[in-house]
Amino acid sequence: MSKEINRRDFLKTLGASTAAVAGVSLAGCTNVKDTMAQENAKAYTDAEPSGEMTYRVNPNSNDKVSILGYGCMRWPMIDNPDGQGQIPDQEQVNELVDYAFAHGINYFDTAPVYCQGHSEHAMGIALSRHPRDSYFLATKMSNQRVPADATPEEVFRLSKAMYENSLKELQTDYLDYYLLHSIGGGDDSMAFLNHRFFDSGVLDFMVEQKRLGKVRNLGFSFHGDVKIFDYMLQLHDEGKYHWDFVQIQMNYVDWEHAAPGRNVNGVYLYNELHKRGIPVVIMEPLLGGRLSNLPDHVLAVLKQRDPEATAASWAFRFAGSPEGVLCVLSGMTYKEHLLDNLRTYSPLKVLTDDENKFLEDAAGLIHKYPLIECNDCKYCMPCKYGLDIPGILLHYNKCVNQGNLAESTTDSNYERARKIFLVGYDRSVPKLRQADHCIGCRDCVQECPQRIDIPSEMQRINAYVEALRQGTLGQETEEKA
Amino acid sequence: MLRKIRIALAAIFFILITGLFLDFTGTLQQYFGWMVKLQFLPAVLALNVVVIIALLALTLAFGRIYCSVICPMGVFQDVVAWISRLFKKKNPYSYSKPKSILRYAVLAVFVVAIVAGVGSFVALLAPYSSYGRIVTNLLQPVYIAGNNVLAGIAEGRGNYDFYAVEYWMRGLPTLIVAVCSLVVVVVLACVGGRTYCNTICPVGTVLGFFARFSWLKPYIDADKCKNCQKCSKNCKAAAINIQKGMAPTIDYSRCVTCGNCLEQCSFGALTYCHPAKGTTPKNSGDGQPADSGRRAFLTATAVATGAAVAKAQEMKVDGGLAIIEDKKIPERQTKLTPPGSLSARNLAKHCTACQLCIAECPNGVLRPSGNLMTLMQPEMSYERGYCRPECTRCSEVCPTGAIKLITKEDKSSTQIGHAVWVKKNCVPLTDGKECGNCERHCPTHAIQMVPSDPNDEKSIKIPVVNIEKCIGCGTCENLCPARPFSAIYVEGHEVHKMI
Repeated sequence: MSKEINRRDFLKTLGASTAAVAGVSLAGCTNVKDTMAQENAKAYTDAEPSGEMTYRVNPNSNDKVSILGYGCMRWPMIDNPDGQGQIPDQEQVNELVDYAFAHGINYFDTAPVYCQGHSEHAMGIALSRHPRDSYFLATKMSNQRVPADATPEEVFRLSKAMYENSLKELQTDYLDYYLLHSIGGGDDSMAFLNHRFFDSGVLDFMVEQKRLGKVRNLGFSFHGDVKIFDYMLQLHDEGKYHWDFVQIQMNYVDWEHAAPGRNVNGVYLYNELHKRGIPVVIMEPLLGGRLSNLPDHVLAVLKQRDPEATAASWAFRFAGSPEGVLCVLSGMTYKEHLLDNLRTYSPLKVLTDDENKFLEDAAGLIHKYPLIECNDCKYCMPCKYGLDIPGILLHYNKCVNQGNLAESTTDSNYERARKIFLVGYDRSVPKLRQADHCIGCRDCVQECPQRIDIPSEMQRINAYVEALRQGTLGQETEEKA
Repeated sequence: MLRKIRIALAAIFFILITGLFLDFTGTLQQYFGWMVKLQFLPAVLALNVVVIIALLALTLAFGRIYCSVICPMGVFQDVVAWISRLFKKKNPYSYSKPKSILRYAVLAVFVVAIVAGVGSFVALLAPYSSYGRIVTNLLQPVYIAGNNVLAGIAEGRGNYDFYAVEYWMRGLPTLIVAVCSLVVVVVLACVGGRTYCNTICPVGTVLGFFARFSWLKPYIDADKCKNCQKCSKNCKAAAINIQKGMAPTIDYSRCVTCGNCLEQCSFGALTYCHPAKGTTPKNSGDGQPADSGRRAFLTATAVATGAAVAKAQEMKVDGGLAIIEDKKIPERQTKLTPPGSLSARNLAKHCTACQLCIAECPNGVLRPSGNLMTLMQPEMSYERGYCRPECTRCSEVCPTGAIKLITKEDKSSTQIGHAVWVKKNCVPLTDGKECGNCERHCPTHAIQMVPSDPNDEKSIKIPVVNIEKCIGCGTCENLCPARPFSAIYVEGHEVHKMI
């Protein structure tokens, strides 16, 4: 929903709130903003999640897993006291984790590279305050970050160190779920897979850890090249390796509308796993919030069907409905995300056929929108040349969503769209981190699980920005050779 | 009544001219840009005959009301004096003898400096420019800070009308000069009202010369005057001489026609009229041209900005932002001057260093020179931004003709310099990464990428510059990923040319 207000309204509310503050400050009373916050809070407390969480059973280990899993990639961040980047806000993490526990969540999914490398540490602190057998812990072998020219011995050494460090950071001596992180990427996906897991013997090491009981369930998370997915299942079928679970990207848009050549339809991935009896863990059920923050007219369609259901609740019901789904991960940064998801899953109301059909139609609408498929996972970051890639893409998407993407200077809302795009751009992304600084080195491309061609998107967005700045949008521009 | 009208007009001019220096959005400029074009010295330097004649005619008709209404430095002194009088005794002034020799000597030196093209000296004394420097250097930071607070609030409320802008210290010498001028002007204004205008200001001297012959002027009827000296004690120009046994006189070369005296006289002896018989005292004297040194030596401009450089993390993790090292200014053999200035010489000759173009430049390109010959006049550098194709703001605001009005089309084909490639910094060669950011953004397609190894078509590509097509806008230099020194930078041209 658009929250822009015009200049006059802005000055009016500014004046009003100043007056309000001045007027009541003596009495120590609330100001306008506080009242707004209270009203918002009321909407949530009205529906404090009270039902019983839905659980699914993992046939391999008989784990009784909550259908809602906590994704630990999107914690609220604060500046690192040592000045180097940011770290998760431990106080908030603890609070959210405790609340999740109290409402039945028992699956936590992290990785060594999440949250600028600090997610495992924060989880170790938050979870060690609870009995170890009261939750399932998932983390990953994120050795996609090992230098490309490393020898197999180096890959093994670095990977083993990464695994041991995970145990240390998480303050545990065993892991319930361990994943080969994000396979299917890389320019040559098969060579990259071999480099990471087979040539180096890292996978065999993981199998050994499972035999020792230090890893209870071994699986992988998949993005990208379907060839790799099929190959991994072939290994499973041939009995060379056994996958206790697999983590895939699944949501009602990617079910049948996954970007061709870049991602695989959820329906294929799910069916392949389900027919083999492999439990499925779902990631990106909400596409990094894109299925929550919908274009107005798509939201209207959902709301017409059920005015009280949030957009996110549709996406979570979709992800949780198939019976082969063990757990749906959600990176709940804020309490309201957690509350909304708890309401959806306590208990889960499985989608009816009619509702499934309805979401298919909605997916078709969303699919037509020219949004860039960025889920803000930040795998591309930090960009060596200083760009804030997700910041740029999200700002662009926000303007698309709000209808503030002009096509020509003659558009009726051109001036407004221009101001909102340009002013908002400078607010969201510092000038030195904007798209015009992309040199096209393509280092980020193979990091992106959505396989977005980031450099060409940067150039496209910058061309749009330049057209806005120079006032030449929609005019014939000479083609560059 | 006359005084009230004068104060009202002065307030309008003063506030709007000050606003022109503060307003980074260029909105005021559209409506009130003409106010700075009325300034006397800029008009002289721009050879704006219409304005010069109009101002002289105004002075010949009404006296030096220019100094009381149009000149922001004059009004500023009135404001300072008014504030200081709130804390002081009521009648602070008294008649003083004219310092004619000093006035005309300063004027003479000033004229010589203009002719000789010693811009820095001209800039130091010019009243409008002095005021501009004070506002730009001392008030604009406060204004921008206020704006940024407002922008922060607006952002929180989803409003897009206010946006944050960056303020940076553009030149230390100019800041020091601004502070010194402010101190001198404030002290002089507190102690002696219009002392600056009547001893140092060359514009005041010129207009004072004409004001002696003005048609309308304050006139004391000697028959009605009781020698109470009330008017004299309230004359901020110290121009009214009332002594027992002598006919009262007013030095019209110093009177700025403020009208303060008119309301003081209890006996109806003072009126603003055309006196029946002129009783103007005569004094004149031409000064001798003074000599001025021509050695150019550089004064330190930029305060070194220490950029913290951190080593890359050992193993990449998700998220976070790479640290961006600040760009450093390359040493340019020839300084860059903005499109429209025609040549370095034209700029130096016409510019009074009022800082208006610098205050207005939205791209962080213009900053005051630290060179003694062109001290405080604008020059360009691209480490913060580049000269954007859609912007001709400096040429629009310049009142002196130092930067002549230029269209976007002409600007896009005016060559002010040319790009020079610096092999040792170029990212394809240092990092082994495909780049081409300079080529991609060059507005005139003056850059193309060629294989670095002439025998290998597939070797990594490096930029080459066609200096005939390059206009020197600095896009390549600013967007070059090499830091702190860009791998491509712009060398200035002394004389601009159309390509």
